[in-house]
Amino acid sequence: MPVKDYIRERFFPHLWCPGCGHGIVLNALIRAIEKLGLSKNEIAMVSGIGCSSRISGYVDFHTLHTIHGRALAFATGLKLGLPSLNVIVPMGDGDALAIGGNHFIHAARRNIEMTAIIMNNRIYGMTGGQYSPLSGYGTMATTAPFSNIDHDFDVVDLSIAAGATFVARTTTFHVHQLIDILQQAILHEGFSVVEVLSQCPTYFGRKNKMGSAADMMTHYKDQTTPIGSKAKKENPALIERGVFVQKEMPEYCKEYDKIIERAMGRSESTPIS
Amino acid sequence: MAKPKLKEHVINLDWCKGCGICIAFCPKSVLELDEKEKVVVARAKDCICCQLCELRCPDLAIKVEME
Ligand SMILES: Cc1ncc(C[n+]2csc(CCOP(=O)(O)OP(=O)(O)O)c2C)c(N)n1
Ligand code: SF4
Ligand code: SF4
Ligand code: SF4
Ligand SMILES: [Mg+2]
Repeated sequence: MPVKDYIRERFFPHLWCPGCGHGIVLNALIRAIEKLGLSKNEIAMVSGIGCSSRISGYVDFHTLHTIHGRALAFATGLKLGLPSLNVIVPMGDGDALAIGGNHFIHAARRNIEMTAIIMNNRIYGMTGGQYSPLSGYGTMATTAPFSNIDHDFDVVDLSIAAGATFVARTTTFHVHQLIDILQQAILHEGFSVVEVLSQCPTYFGRKNKMGSAADMMTHYKDQTTPIGSKAKKENPALIERGVFVQKEMPEYCKEYDKIIERAMGRSESTPIS
Repeated sequence: MAKPKLKEHVINLDWCKGCGICIAFCPKSVLELDEKEKVVVARAKDCICCQLCELRCPDLAIKVEME
């Protein structure tokens, strides 16, 4: 199907700034879904609040645009109610790991089947460039005019520690890898996390003097490397890209079904008096 | 496999925001911005149909059609 059949054309041009990486994530997600041959009715996208979360308005799937930080909680309810849906949850770095940090680690721990996409621009884009838990030490933000003293999370390490059974990272520069990883994440039967480094030229870029959107993407090219590469051994500061974890674990909805079966069995043999 | 041959670049001028991403990363320097800050095809004959411009466009504004 052509790209235009997956989007709500009436809302375009979209509201994202020129060069915003979130548009590239949208682009790649559409390609991934097209390659998987999924029908639009099989997909539900659940998002919170943020520039990133606006993505749910642009795709022609079932969509829920919910509240800041709580997309995974809504998605959990939806998935338990309709487990046959492919649930995709795109989130901003603030949405997922500041206000939504607790929902994030517990969804990962439960291993509920859904695809969490963290569109990491290292800033609160929507509200004007405040620092997020992913901005990192020494970065500039409207709320850190003399530079940030907070250290950042490593999304991959955090996700693995929390129990996510599929964990990957790539960038908006590496579009072929992005499309491939999104496909794998959607197919994975468990909680998948895909961190996408996504440029915000308007706030993170401007505050940190990183140049144009294309300059920021060139930075992703230069500062990242495939997992376990020789370059990484020589320069440990490089950020690794690829699939870090992919493992099988009991999935939450399937386990829940077993509990229902068990409970039904018991109520037949021992009726409640 | 035969080399893909370009038919045309389909550009949606209402959606293109002139961010320059497609231009910066085109391996053959096929694209440019015009005076209205919209993308234009300056050297169509050099295009190798890699589709990187299409895949990296944040605005879904450029499509590479092949024969
Ligand atoms: C409960 C609540 N608190 C705060 C806000 C204000 N707010 C809206 S978006 C946002 C953060 C956006 O940053 P991020 O999640 O990284 O997304 P981005 O805009 O960078 O894509 C905040 C704090 C809100 N909408 N709701
Ligand atoms: S403020 Fe940043 S994240 Fe938001 S649309 Fe603009 S570039 Fe994108
Ligand atoms: S990447 Fe897209 S929006 Fe940016 S200049 Fe090229 S066609 Fe226009
Ligand atoms: S298809 Fe490739 S070579 Fe042709 S204009 Fe796009 S990026 Fe350049
Ligand atoms: Mg952000």
